[in-house]
Amino acid sequence: MVNRIVVGAHYGLKDWLIQRMSAVVMAVYALLLTAFLLGSGPITYLFWKGLFAQGWMRFATLLFVLSVLVHAWVGARDVLMDYIKPTGLRLTMQVLTILWLVGCGGWALQILWRI
Amino acid sequence: MLDLTIKKKPRPIWFNISPANLPVPGLVSILHRISGLLLVMGLIWFLYLLDMSLTSELGFRHVAEYLAHPISKLAMLGFAWAFLHHFCAGIRYLLLDVHRGIELPAARMSSFIVLVISLALTVIIGMKLW
Repeated sequence: MVNRIVVGAHYGLKDWLIQRMSAVVMAVYALLLTAFLLGSGPITYLFWKGLFAQGWMRFATLLFVLSVLVHAWVGARDVLMDYIKPTGLRLTMQVLTILWLVGCGGWALQILWRI
Repeated sequence: MLDLTIKKKPRPIWFNISPANLPVPGLVSILHRISGLLLVMGLIWFLYLLDMSLTSELGFRHVAEYLAHPISKLAMLGFAWAFLHHFCAGIRYLLLDVHRGIELPAARMSSFIVLVISLALTVIIGMKLW
């Protein structure tokens, strides 16, 4: 047990919680989608496009995408904080991670709302 | 250059982190990190495939042909393992968070189960792919 009083500073409790909540969202989405696709028979273009054109699918996929972004950010930041010791390099890699994730998120939204 | 690091008092450091020395929970933990990084790097590929598959009938068929290539299958298998391991290990961490299986024997057993189940499911997916 680490003996310290958790007040005043940013101790990462919020990030820890976001990590868990986004994990649950992604797990539920992945399980439901997998079950749905396994039970749906052969996947044709019309079926595939029709699936992503539905409002509830867009809603769920949007939540999934946002969860991926925050989850990946907290995870990647943890890994970078643990292994990349030089501050400048770590900061650069953290910025690159954010740019990567935001870019991917934007592309995902564009795919979803174009259909 | 501006030094932003906070000076800390020296802490004892355990240097021997070779995989051969790692107990199974440690192996699952490091694989959780590696698989997570793999999935983040794979994002661009997944989006490329999703984008093309939803563009047109032709794009959809192009994706199907593209994924039928052995190298694509190998990549899919790798990402399938990364996803399954990250998923199973993640569920284990969520259970540990609510204090399920935190005693050492239970934690060792569950990490072993995570390792085996994700590998077994990857093998099943591999058999479906080929």
